Amino acid sequence: MREKSFSKFQILANTVMIIWTIIVILPFLLLSLSSITDENTLVANGYSFFPEKLSPAAYVYIIKSGVKILKAYGVSILITLIGTAVNVLLSALMAYPLSIKRLPGRRFLNFFVFFTMLFNGGIVPSYLMWTGIFQIKDTIWAQLLPNFLLSAWNVMMIRTYFMTSIPDSLYEAAEIDGASQVKIFCNIVIPLGRPILVTMGTFAGLSYWNDWTNGLYYIVKNKNLYNVQNLLNQMVNNIQYLATSSNSNVTSAASSIPSTAIQMAIAFVAILPIMLIFPTFQKYYSKGLTLGGVKG
Amino acid sequence: MMKSKAKKLKRYVPFYLMFLPGAIYLLINNYLPMAGLVVAFKQYNVRKGIFGSAWCGLKNIRFLFATPDAWVITRNTIFYNASFIIINTVLGIMFAIFICDTINKRMQKIYQSAILFPFLMSAVILSYIVYAFLSQSTGIVNNTILPALGLDAVNWYSEARYWPFLLVFINTWKSIGYGSLIFISSINGIDPTFYEAAKLDGATKWQQIRNIMFPSLTPTIITLTLMSVGRIFYSDFGLFYQVPRNSGMIYSTTNVIDTYVYRGLMKQSNVGMSAAAGFYQSVVGFALVLLANLIVKKFSKENALF
Repeated sequence: MREKSFSKFQILANTVMIIWTIIVILPFLLLSLSSITDENTLVANGYSFFPEKLSPAAYVYIIKSGVKILKAYGVSILITLIGTAVNVLLSALMAYPLSIKRLPGRRFLNFFVFFTMLFNGGIVPSYLMWTGIFQIKDTIWAQLLPNFLLSAWNVMMIRTYFMTSIPDSLYEAAEIDGASQVKIFCNIVIPLGRPILVTMGTFAGLSYWNDWTNGLYYIVKNKNLYNVQNLLNQMVNNIQYLATSSNSNVTSAASSIPSTAIQMAIAFVAILPIMLIFPTFQKYYSKGLTLGGVKG
Repeated sequence: MMKSKAKKLKRYVPFYLMFLPGAIYLLINNYLPMAGLVVAFKQYNVRKGIFGSAWCGLKNIRFLFATPDAWVITRNTIFYNASFIIINTVLGIMFAIFICDTINKRMQKIYQSAILFPFLMSAVILSYIVYAFLSQSTGIVNNTILPALGLDAVNWYSEARYWPFLLVFINTWKSIGYGSLIFISSINGIDPTFYEAAKLDGATKWQQIRNIMFPSLTPTIITLTLMSVGRIFYSDFGLFYQVPRNSGMIYSTTNVIDTYVYRGLMKQSNVGMSAAAGFYQSVVGFALVLLANLIVKKFSKENALF
C-alpha cells in the first residue's frame, strides 16, 4: 500500500526530471553534431539533429591550418594555469593569517577582505584605472590581472576550512619544535588544506577558462592575445557587422569568419576541459554549500 | 613592558607578510576603483585621469536621468531579476523535491549532473547554443519547429518583444541546476524520522511536502530571496550582452544597467553618462545589500551575511 501511494508521485517526479534532462542535453548534442556536419549541408538545411552528411572537416581545419585558433587555445591554457596557480597561492597565504584566532587586528583584516564582496566600484573606474594607471591594454597582463587573480569569497571559504579542519594543537606542537611560520604553512597548512585548495582552484580555473570580459575590455588591437572565448566572441561580432553594414570593410570582416561548423568545433573544444573538471566541481557542491560559508 | 609588547607583535610579523600580497591585489583591483567612483562627478579627461579631471558636480547624473535610457535600463534590470528570483525559487524547490524522490540514487545523480552542467558554460558558449536555435536562416526553430507547427519564421534577433520570454527561459535553463542544489541539501538535512512518523499517521505525499518539507525550507527560501533582492540592481552581463548578440534592434528589452554602462564606456564620448550609471548601480546596489542583510538578521541571525 505504501509502495503504491509513493510510486504515483515518483512517476510524476521522474517524468518531469527526464524531460528537463533532455531539454538540457539536447542543445549540447546539437552543438557537437553541427561541428561534424558537412558545411554545405549546414548552410542548406540549417542546424539539425539528423544531418544529411557528416564531415570531420572542421576539426581537420583547426589542426592543420588554424594557427589563430591554436594560438587562442594556447593563451587560454597558459592564462588558466598561471592564473589558477597564483590565485590558489595568494588565497591560501591570505586565508592562513585570517584563520589564526589570536592574531592582533584579525577583525580588521577580515573586514578588509569581506567588504570587497559587498561593494564594488564597477567597470568604469576599474577600466579607467587598469588602462590609465597600469597600462595593461593590449598586453598579456590584461588576460591575467583584472578581477580573477583573487576572490574574497574563495579566501573566506579557505579560511573557514582552515579554522575548522586544522587542529590548533598541530600549530602549537610545531611552534614548540621551533618551526617557522613559513615551514608551518608549507608542511601543515597546505597538505591538510588540500581538499579546499583543490576545490577553490577548480573555481578559479573555471573563471579564467570561461572569461571573455577581460579580452573584451582590454584587448583591442593585439588580437594575438585573444583567448578562445574572445575568438568566438569576435566571430559573432563580425557576423553582426556583416549583417548590419554595407561598406567596403565587409570583405575583410567576411574573410575572417570561419565556417559555421568550424565555429561550433571551436566551441565544442572549449567545453571539453569543463567536462574534465565537472566531477570535482560536483563533488564539492553535492556536500558543500553548507561548509560554513563566508561568515567570520 | 613596551619591549615585551613589541616582541609579542614581532611574532606575528610573518602572518602580516603572508597577508600582504593578497591585500595589495585587493587594494588595486577592488579598493582603488571604489575611490574611482568619483569619476561620476567629473568631466573625464583621458590625459588627466580620474583624479586629475575637473569636477562637474551632478551634471552627469542629471544628464543620465534626463534620458529615457535611465528608466528603460532600471525597468529591465529589475523586471528580469524579479522574474529570475521567482522562477528559480519555485522551480528550484520543485526540482529539488523531485530529485530527492527519484527511484534510486543513480538516477538522482544523473539528474543532478545534467541540470548543473549548463551552469558552467561561459556566456559566449551559451550564445552559440542559443544561436543554433534562433538563427534567422539556419536556426532549428525557424527551419524545423515553426514550419512543423505551420507558423512563419521569426527574425528573433530583431524582434524585441520575444526577448523577455527568451531571456527568462535561457536563464532558467542555465542556472536552475545550481539553484536547486541548495534546496536539495536542505531537504537532505531533514530528519528522516519525521517522514516515518508522517507515514505511520497515513499522511499523503502532498501532506508530507506541505507539512514537513516547506516548513524546513522556509528559512532557506527567505534568506536566498532576500539576498537576491539585495542584488537586484546587478545583472549577469554575459547573459544580456552575449546571448542577444549585442543586437541594437532589441535593446529596448535586452539593455540592462550593466550592458548600458559597458556600451557607454566603449563609446569614449559617453564616459560621463556611463560613470553616472555605474555610480547609480553601485550605490543603490550597496544600499539594497545592506537592507536585505538587516532584514535577514531580524528573523534568522545565523543566516545573515554579517
